[in-house]
Amino acid sequence: MPAVSKGDGMRGLAVFISDIRNCKSKEAEIKRINKELANIRSKFKGDKALDGYSKKKYVCKLLFIFLLGHDIDFGHMEAVNLLSSNRYTEKQIGYLFISVLVNSNSELIRLINNAIKNDLASRNPTFMGLALHCIANVGSREMAEAFAGEVPKILVAGDTMDSVKQSAALCLLRLYRTSPDLVPMGDWTSRVVHLLNDQHLGVVTAATSLITTLAQKNPEEFKTSVSLAVSRLSRIVTSASTDLQDYTYYFVPAPWLSVKLLRLLQCYPPPEDPAVRGRLTECLETILNKAQEPPKSKKVQHSNAKNAVLFEAISLIIHHDSEPNLLVRACNQLGQFLQHRETNLRYLALESMCTLASSEFSHEAVKTHIDTVINALKTERDVSVRQRAVDLLYAMCDRSNAQQIVAEMLSYLETADYSIREEIVLKVAILAEKYAVDYAWYVDTILNLIRIAGDYVSEEVWYRVIQIVINRDDVQGYAAKTVFEALQAPACHENLVKVGGYILGEFGNLIAGDPRSSPLVQFNLLHSKFHLCSVPTRALLLSTYIKFVNLFPEVKTTIQDVLRSDSQLKNADVELQQRAVEYLRLSTVASTDILATVLEEMPPFPERESSILAKLKKKKGPSTVTDLEDTKRERSVDVNGGPEPAPASTSAAVGPLPAFAFPNNPCISAGGFEFVCKNNGVLFENQLLQIGLKSEFRQNLGRMFIFYGNKTSTQFLNFTPTLICPDDLQSHILGPSPHRHITKPVDPTVDGGAQVQQVVNIECVSDFTEAPVLNIQFRYGGTFQNVSVQLPITLNKFFQPTEMSSQDFFQRWKQLSNPQQEVQNIFKAKHPMDTEITKAKIIGFGSALLEEVDPNPANFVGAGIIHTKTTQIGCLLRLEPNLQAQMYRLTLRTSKETVSQRLCELLSQQF
Amino acid sequence: MIQAILVFNNHGKPRLVRFYQHFPEEIQQQIVRETFHLVLKRDDNICNFLEGGSLIGGSDYKLIYRHYATLYFVFCVDSSESELGILDLIQHLLIFFLIAPKVFVETLDKCFENVCELDLIFHMDKVHYILQEVVMGGMVLETNMNEIVAQIEAQNRLEKSEGGLSAAPARAVSAVKNINLPEIPRNINIGDLNIKVPNLSQFV
Repeated sequence: MPAVSKGDGMRGLAVFISDIRNCKSKEAEIKRINKELANIRSKFKGDKALDGYSKKKYVCKLLFIFLLGHDIDFGHMEAVNLLSSNRYTEKQIGYLFISVLVNSNSELIRLINNAIKNDLASRNPTFMGLALHCIANVGSREMAEAFAGEVPKILVAGDTMDSVKQSAALCLLRLYRTSPDLVPMGDWTSRVVHLLNDQHLGVVTAATSLITTLAQKNPEEFKTSVSLAVSRLSRIVTSASTDLQDYTYYFVPAPWLSVKLLRLLQCYPPPEDPAVRGRLTECLETILNKAQEPPKSKKVQHSNAKNAVLFEAISLIIHHDSEPNLLVRACNQLGQFLQHRETNLRYLALESMCTLASSEFSHEAVKTHIDTVINALKTERDVSVRQRAVDLLYAMCDRSNAQQIVAEMLSYLETADYSIREEIVLKVAILAEKYAVDYAWYVDTILNLIRIAGDYVSEEVWYRVIQIVINRDDVQGYAAKTVFEALQAPACHENLVKVGGYILGEFGNLIAGDPRSSPLVQFNLLHSKFHLCSVPTRALLLSTYIKFVNLFPEVKTTIQDVLRSDSQLKNADVELQQRAVEYLRLSTVASTDILATVLEEMPPFPERESSILAKLKKKKGPSTVTDLEDTKRERSVDVNGGPEPAPASTSAAVGPLPAFAFPNNPCISAGGFEFVCKNNGVLFENQLLQIGLKSEFRQNLGRMFIFYGNKTSTQFLNFTPTLICPDDLQSHILGPSPHRHITKPVDPTVDGGAQVQQVVNIECVSDFTEAPVLNIQFRYGGTFQNVSVQLPITLNKFFQPTEMSSQDFFQRWKQLSNPQQEVQNIFKAKHPMDTEITKAKIIGFGSALLEEVDPNPANFVGAGIIHTKTTQIGCLLRLEPNLQAQMYRLTLRTSKETVSQRLCELLSQQF
Repeated sequence: MIQAILVFNNHGKPRLVRFYQHFPEEIQQQIVRETFHLVLKRDDNICNFLEGGSLIGGSDYKLIYRHYATLYFVFCVDSSESELGILDLIQHLLIFFLIAPKVFVETLDKCFENVCELDLIFHMDKVHYILQEVVMGGMVLETNMNEIVAQIEAQNRLEKSEGGLSAAPARAVSAVKNINLPEIPRNINIGDLNIKVPNLSQFV
């Protein structure tokens, strides 16, 4: 046993720790621990009252045992007893135990809360500090219930000591995080904002953290913090390095506080007041200037602190996205860091540049660093950094550099770390599709992707390449030729077999003229892979074979022989067996005409959002991907379609082919946002069918006329529209019978060029978010068509406008001040910011547009009542445009949380 | 916000574990193990940031860590924290953890293989108290070294007045405060530490 110092407090503890360390095996360790646990238990249960010192020692032992990964299910009571001791050391260890070993036993919590209450009331700053720490570290709902009222009082009380204020601010922050509903905003909020002016920088730092979190949910309430934060920041930034004494860290004045202040400012758009704005710009410029000065110290702490502030300043510049001059400077600064010898700085520079790439002003500037970033991808030793480089390449990609970036990513993929391969595959697939000018390049890229990283190519990727090949007849011949060549490789990935099988089954005829790829050669090539493939792939290949029977009558007998073999007809797998039996039968009994109809080439797929993009969004969280999308929309040209995605999509199934391992489930339009502010228009249109709408709403009732137009010269047969309403929705918006169903059935035949009409009655029973789906099935020519669209019945349709005076408006606004009643959204303008159009949209949305209510004439204010059968919900809204930043802030206040949420969502889409 | 502070040795044995977000005990253990495997496979002298493991919340969280001697110090934080700021905070803590407790012990046995690691566990309560002065409920409470030292001194005075422990700690802390701390090298080998300690002990 190592010697244990005598001078130290707890000898027994040291002995125990040494014993554990000397245990030769896990079993010995467990045995020793169990012995100790038994000992402590008996001591705790024993008759003899333990003195504070022993309790302390045993609690320490329990903490150590817990650290080793053993459950501790006792000792809480002793810890609670220690809380009520008057001796500091005992109280301290009691609180420590409670904070580390949180227990949800309600009786115990009552006792703990009691002890905390006493300590908070003790006016002894040390005890108050311990109690606040405990609340903050445990942060449970029960504690929030007990102390959410008390902590704000301590925080803003005039006689509270600085260190207690600091703790109280962070304690409140923790309670707000766990239970925001229990921490209502109140009088204290304005006083918290003024803590930004406090003398003690520690208090300012804690208050800034608190305000940043609160302001995210209640920006209006803490708006005044912006100017205070700017002036505080300005005082720090311009101070000499000695001014702030203790808070100067390696020659950098109060770096931690500066970072926090810059974070707080990122909750808001650029300040409107030109003076504040100017001062902030000055601060940011100073920070950027300082980065160019020679370092005041060679210590890593100096550069870390300085750069922490710098990176945060750059984040703020990117967030404001309004000063081209600052943005370009930020970009240059990051460019320098890209080549810095410190890996950490290179990592952070790549990360920040990613967000910078999506700003219009700096996108071009970011692009100039492409070679450095590519070099980083090739030479960085650290996978974290390489991953950031991949992200940045993805963000800076546009038409001008897509070919280069895709090529680099592909070559990196060959050696990439396993952990990030799937993501790279998705990114390559998306970029290749988005920026393809030439489809041959696109097909080559995807096939390369499958060749290099086949295992990481998810279903979505190969579905997508097939959708595109089928929709683009100019690439079909090339695709057939390329997959045929790729399949020549002795070992090719199963995903390639799938793509190859599908494409040759559809377009093999386009290359059949060449004797080197004659039908029989194609068939033999595919069939040579058959036995190595999994069941779903084999099923797909069987479908390819039957398509070959139609395309190439000359191989019919060969294929029939294959289908007839025992390994197919008697296959243990039901799906394979069934396909073999059915296809064999089909090829024998059907005439050439029937075969040609049944096995016709796949019709074009409906245009829809790339499923790959959806997958990447899911993987990375929506924010990173959507930003990129929005800002780049103008620049991008989608391989897949016209300028506007169709509002809804069709799905056409071909004949009775059973499950062609392919996602052709009917896809439903999620959008329909263009109908939020208007009631009439064309809801859906494709080559065959047009659906028009006319609707009227009054209070909680509505009527919708649906017009179905046949655009062809041929009759639609079995024309059946059905309204599909999820059960819960039905009870929400469709009243009881007779309103429940479409009132007038439609004639099952629709003549060529004719239009038929149908009426739907709607009753809004209670508030809702989902809309009902209209499904239309009909037969056109030989094929069965299926269309599903969402009916644009949205909550705002049941709006009744309300006029009111400015005074009334603000009075009601204040009444709805509960945090759940307000929902706010800050977003970028998607359309030009035109005042008249905005007004028309707000009126179209259904609320009254209140003029001369908002003191700022640029803002829009509206009010109205949502009528449902059960209740009426008053709604107030305010839209604040920021022309400079091209942003809007929309605030909704209603008496019901779900209503605020939904209305905010709907209206945000309109601008 | 800081989700968790994890300190473990090169073999993955936890030496200090503090969660600021509630996880059941067995998940806490799993998070420590997962985090250990994530940082273990990384070379020294590369970047100090990486994406969090799946248990702690994946790419929305970052692990910011330093590897000193036999110990890994890992902070798991969300996107609201500054990476470089946290890195400096670890540096702060190290100075307290690795040097301050060392002077609490009057003699150091030469046969201790890894001194700093043992200091953490032998002074578990102290280490927690120091940590509490710096991080509270997942937020950084204080960054000013002098302020932190003053708080710890005040604690020690209270302890002393209650007669529990020797006076050594208070003197030790003030010693730490007064010396100009050398920057801790990235990889201290044990020999170095043993040499440094006598330097410090003259202040005791």
